[in-house]
Formats: sequence, structure tokens, C-alpha cells
Amino acid sequence: MKLKTLISALASVLLIGSQVAHADKWGDQFPHIAATGDIPGMCSYESMSKKDYSGRTLTINTHAIPVMGEPTALHAEQFEKLTGAKVEVTHTPAGDLYSKAMVPFQAGQAPYDIVFGFSNFINDWKRYLAPVPQEYVDQMEGVSASHKAIASWDGVMYQYPVDGDRHYLKYRKDVIDNPEMQAKYKADTGNELKVPTTWKEYGEMASYFNGWDWDGDGEPEYGSAEVMKKDDLMYAAFYSRSVAYAKNPSTPGGFFFDLETMEPLINNPGFVEALTDWVDAVNYVPPGGINFGLGDEINSFGGGQTLFSFSWDDAFVAAMQPDSPISNQVGAAQLPGADKVWNRENGMWDAKSNQAPFFVWGWAVGVAGKSDNKDVAFDYLCFFANGANHQADIGIGRFGVNPFMEEDFKADVWTQIGWDKDIAQSYVETLADMEKSTNRVFPLRVPGTFEFNSALATGTAKALAGQLSPQAALDEVYAEWVAILERVGADNVRDAYAVGVKMEDNEL
Amino acid sequence: MNFKHKYVFLLPGLIVLIGILIFPIIFTVRLSLSGWNSFNPGLDFIGFKNYVRLFTDDPRFWQSFFRLSFLAITTVFLQYIIGFALAHMVWKDIKFKRFFRVLFLIPMMTTPVIMTVIWRTFFHESLGPLNDFLSIFGVQPPWLSSPSLAKVSIIVVEVWQWTSFMFLLMLAGLLSLPKEPFLAAAVDGASPFKKFIYVTFPLMAPISIGAIIIRLIEASKIMDTVFVLTSGGPGTSTETSSFFIFIKGLREFQMGYAATASFTYLIIMIISLTIIVKVLTKVLMRE
Repeated sequence: MKLKTLISALASVLLIGSQVAHADKWGDQFPHIAATGDIPGMCSYESMSKKDYSGRTLTINTHAIPVMGEPTALHAEQFEKLTGAKVEVTHTPAGDLYSKAMVPFQAGQAPYDIVFGFSNFINDWKRYLAPVPQEYVDQMEGVSASHKAIASWDGVMYQYPVDGDRHYLKYRKDVIDNPEMQAKYKADTGNELKVPTTWKEYGEMASYFNGWDWDGDGEPEYGSAEVMKKDDLMYAAFYSRSVAYAKNPSTPGGFFFDLETMEPLINNPGFVEALTDWVDAVNYVPPGGINFGLGDEINSFGGGQTLFSFSWDDAFVAAMQPDSPISNQVGAAQLPGADKVWNRENGMWDAKSNQAPFFVWGWAVGVAGKSDNKDVAFDYLCFFANGANHQADIGIGRFGVNPFMEEDFKADVWTQIGWDKDIAQSYVETLADMEKSTNRVFPLRVPGTFEFNSALATGTAKALAGQLSPQAALDEVYAEWVAILERVGADNVRDAYAVGVKMEDNEL
Repeated sequence: MNFKHKYVFLLPGLIVLIGILIFPIIFTVRLSLSGWNSFNPGLDFIGFKNYVRLFTDDPRFWQSFFRLSFLAITTVFLQYIIGFALAHMVWKDIKFKRFFRVLFLIPMMTTPVIMTVIWRTFFHESLGPLNDFLSIFGVQPPWLSSPSLAKVSIIVVEVWQWTSFMFLLMLAGLLSLPKEPFLAAAVDGASPFKKFIYVTFPLMAPISIGAIIIRLIEASKIMDTVFVLTSGGPGTSTETSSFFIFIKGLREFQMGYAATASFTYLIIMIISLTIIVKVLTKVLMRE
């Protein structure tokens, strides 16, 4: 028995040794993974090098460079070198990713083997995508449960996990934690300067730190950078501001609609309160902030222009990169909450503290059902998200690849790339706490998602521009949502929405 | 030769015409009678439901149309005035005439989308050079955040980009004018102003009408400038018909409804431009 154990141990040592040797070899050959080398697995560099796809051509439609477009192109080049396949990458602006895939999908064609988009496309795209083969799903042991759920529909995974996104608060640690600033803020406002736990506190602090040079760089700074540009993901920012007021754990059964009646909830007092806050925010964003898209928001907060921001990880990772003027001066925390939350069952406010994480959709990618290269396509995606590539990608803000593996929620991963230990710890705790929350909101993933979100963007944009009051704007959105339900069919929407509601109500 | 052979020779042209003009219009009309969207792709028949919705329940389409009318008329009017003035200037014998003729054509030769990105940077309210300069005087206008100034910004970009085209047509017209009327005016002792009002302007009327109509047709499709500069915002304050149709069709994937809006817009434009030609002919070519 002892001999058997000894042989087994020796075999393990030899196996590990051979893997390290591979890691060194591949790390030398591909500088992108120099820090980790190859990490063994089904889709590692070593495994891919054994495949021969010579004479096969893979076509990919992805986002513009850099966000997601740059890693797609980089991994395509690596994949070509390893397997001999030819990979043609097309870059498309975010707003056109949906239609660029949908037009050929509906025409029964597959000009692209792989299509990149967002996870909330799943309902419209799933009938045109090939399910992820079980062998690939089986090797995703490290992918977080919530992310697997987002990538799947009715237990079938259609989108290959390459990115995990959620909205959370980012703040300037050098200001919020600064005793001098805390004393000044207290003297001027009578309130404590701390990480805001409600949107009201967020607004008060952002207003106070708006329009003056509080970091001594000779330029005025501002309160908050937010995505407010219509048709540039602004609806996601609005949902983030709404969850605190409108996601009541005491009233399960739907955040966007009442699942039973399919009555849109978008103009209830919870959402109106959030929009009222957001209209106030126009006063504490940088000049032109009402036209900020995601890129502007990343650059504004990442460039040290504002005290707060809330959206995807990209702004935080960009702010933490060594070339950032505020590297290691930022903190992460849960989205602010509220002191009250709307109770749609009794039609009154519940006077209690409420906070709800918003799991915004992230980048998602699928393989066309009509593709003739499904085997190559899934290998490419598996390679894209392999351990070595993933660890290298998540440390580069502009890549847009954000944590979704259990491993990513460990502080060591981030301290290894130069983050201060306490910042790394608060970052991973923020992400992990969101995973643990039982009051989460998931993105709307129903037929006609784009119509619902576009109507919301139009209505909220009118309120931000002062064309309509918050209530009138959301009443307009409500009317439009009712019309969309009529066109698409309330039952069709309900069937799809029920899946999301189950996740929100912790039944899945 | 058999008489019918001439139809054979006409056939290639006819096929091209049907392929690139007639078929898309017929398909758009058919599409407009369907409920094609992301959930129900296909040419089902829903009658005139989309048209009823457009005419009775979609103020956004009509607002975008009237906004477009304002932007198109304003920009073309300014392009005409400035283009004519510049053409008139380099028509005369001035120093560096050739240089100016080429210089004034440069904006038209640039790529509209790229130039609009540059203009967007120029107008950027916190990082742009324009407000950086204006801050010396203590002002920082919200070029793209204010509904009215956002329209002004679009007008500026459109005028900058397309005045060259108007300049080119007007210069070609001026160079083709006969010399005799000008000689007669000179003999009669007409001042430069009177020469322009009574000789140059009337002689240029036909080409002016042509240039204005060509530009109006183009301006009525304003899309790239709006898309890049403001995305129709703030709110919906710079949304034009083309942008609205783009959003409905390719963002929200309401293909049937977008086709309805497109076809309605086409009919309105044909009627409007016919009326405008008649009015311009009456006004500019009167005795």
C-alpha cells in the first residue's frame, strides 16, 4: 500500500513537473501569459497545440477594439498559431452587435461562426445558437453559479462564459478615507463623510465635491461619472439606481413586471424616486456628463475627474492600472441602498434599509447553430477563457473581461498585479457579497428586450434633459411597455420572465 | 430586324431597375404590412396596423420629422448663402484664387463620420478645445447637453461639411454665365450690388434651385452627424426621422414598423420636395 502511495506521489510530482515545463515554454512563446505560464486544462495552450485545424476558417463577429475586441483578436492570433486554423475577426460597434447577428440569423444564414453580444440577448438569440456541448460545461468547475445561470436558459447553456459583469460603487478612497476631508465635510454639512450607503448620501457627497479642485491637481473635480447617454447602456445605469427603491424582498414575483398580471412596474413610486435622484445627478456630473457613454465614464472616473462612479468593473480596473493617476486610491463597495423601499402589494413605502445588487448582463458569446465549424468554434471559446488567458485578461481594464470564476474572488489574484492588499480585499469582498445576496436583480431577458430597454432609455433621457418630469417620463415608458407586451404577447414575455424571477426569488 | 428585338436590348437595364429600385420599394411596402420583429420574424400580414399606430399613436415620429425639417431647411439655407458668397468671391480675380477654390472644397472631401468624431471632441464640454478657449472669457456653453445648443452644434457641423458642395455648384454656375448681360450692366453704370441683384442672381436662379433641391434631399437624410454627435439627445431633442427609423429597425428590431415609417417618410418627402420645387421656381424665376 505504501509503495502504491509512493509511486502515486512520484507520478504526481512528475506530472506537475511536466506542466510547469509546459507553462514555461508557452509563457516564453506567448508574452500575454508570461506571468502565469500555461495553466493545465482541457483548453490550455498545451492541449490546443495538439489540435490540427489546418484548412479550417473560423469567422467571428466581436466588439470594436479595445473592449472585448482586443482580447478576441489576440486570442484568435494565438489560436491560429497553435492549431493552424484561420480566424477572421470582424469588429462591430456595441449598438450593432445585435442586428449584425440577428439579420442573418432570421434569414437562415450563418456568416459568423461565433457571435459576441450581451447576455440579455439570450432570449432572442437562443433559437439560433448551438448549445454549449456538455464536455465544455463539465470543465467549467470554477465558473460561479450565478454566471452559469445567466449563460443558460432552462438548464441549457447557450452562451459561453467569458466575462462576468455587475454594477457596484467605485469611490475615491483618498478623499472618503481622508481625515482632513472628513473634518471639512462634517464642519460644512454636519454629516459624516463615509462610503455612501444610500443614494441620498451619494447625492449629498457628490454635490459637495462638485466643481472644485479637491485633489490639488489644478483642475476642478466633480461628483459623479455615470452613463447617461441615450442608447449607450443608460438603461442599465437607471436599473442600478432603481433596485434600492423598487426591489423589495418582501414582495417576490417580479421587479420589472408583476409576473402574475404582467403589469409593468416601471412607473411605480420606487422607480420614480430613483429617476428623481438621477435627474438631480445632472447637477453633479462633469460638464457634458449627460452625454457620457460607458467609455466616457471609464475615462472620467479612471482619469481622476470624479469622486464616485458606478457601473461595470472596467472603470475600477482601469483606475487601478499602474498608468492611472489614481492607481491604488480607489475603493469598491456595494451599490448604495435606500432608507425606504416600495411595497407594491400594499401600495406604500416600507420604511426599512434596503440594498439590492444588480447583476448587469456582461459580454456573452455563442456559436451559430448553422455553423459548419462548431468544433473549432467551441475550442476557440474554451481557449479564450482558459485559466492562463483569463488571469491575464482580467488585469487589463480596457479588455472588458471581468471576474466570473471563483478564483477571481481571491485577493491574491489582484495583489499579484500590483493592487494594495486592502483594496484587493474590499474589491473581492464586494463581488463575493453580491454573489451571496438574496435580494439580487438580474437583467431583463425576455423576447423584445431591446424594445423594452430602448423605450426606457428614451423616457429617462427625456427626464434627464428636462423634457418631461420623472413621473411623466416613466408613465410614457409604462404605456410603451404595455404596447410592446401587446405586440410580442404577454404570455411569451411571462414565460421568459419567469426564469429571471425564479433566480431573483432564489428559487433557482 | 424584328421590332421586338429592341425589348431584348432594354432588358438588362430593366432588370437592374427592378432589382435596385422597384423591388426594394415593393418589399418595403410589403414589410410595412407585417409585424416582423425580433420575436416574430417573417412576413405575416397585419393589415394597416402599423400605419394606424404611426398616424395615431406615435408623436415621436412626427416630432422627429418636424425637427428634421427645421434642421434641413436651416442648414441648406445657410449653406446656400455662404456657398454662394464664397463662390462669388473666388469667381472674381482675386489673389490666390486657385488656392481658395481648393481650400473651400476640402470639407466635402473629408469623411463625414470621422469629421463628426473630431467635431464631437471639439465640442466636448469638459475636455474639448472650444470650451477650453472660451473659459478664458468665463463661459463654457453646454454645446451637446442643452437641447437648443445641441441643435446649433449639428447645424454648425452640417454647414461646415456641406457648404463646399453648394460652393462647387454655385461656382460652376457662375463660370458658365454669359458675359453679355454683365457688359450691358457695366455700360449702364450699374453698381456691384445692383449687378448682383438684377443680373447675377436671376441668371443663377435655375442652378440655385437645382443646388438647393439636391442639398435638401441629402439634408433630409441627416443621420451620421446626429448618430455620432448626439445620439439624438439630450433626450430626444436632436432625433431626426432617419435616426428614429434606424432605432426602430436596427436597434429595437421592429422591422415591420420601421418599414412603415420609412415608406411614409418617402411619400412625405416626395410631396414636400415637389411643393418646394414649385415654390422656389415661382419665387426665384419670376420675371
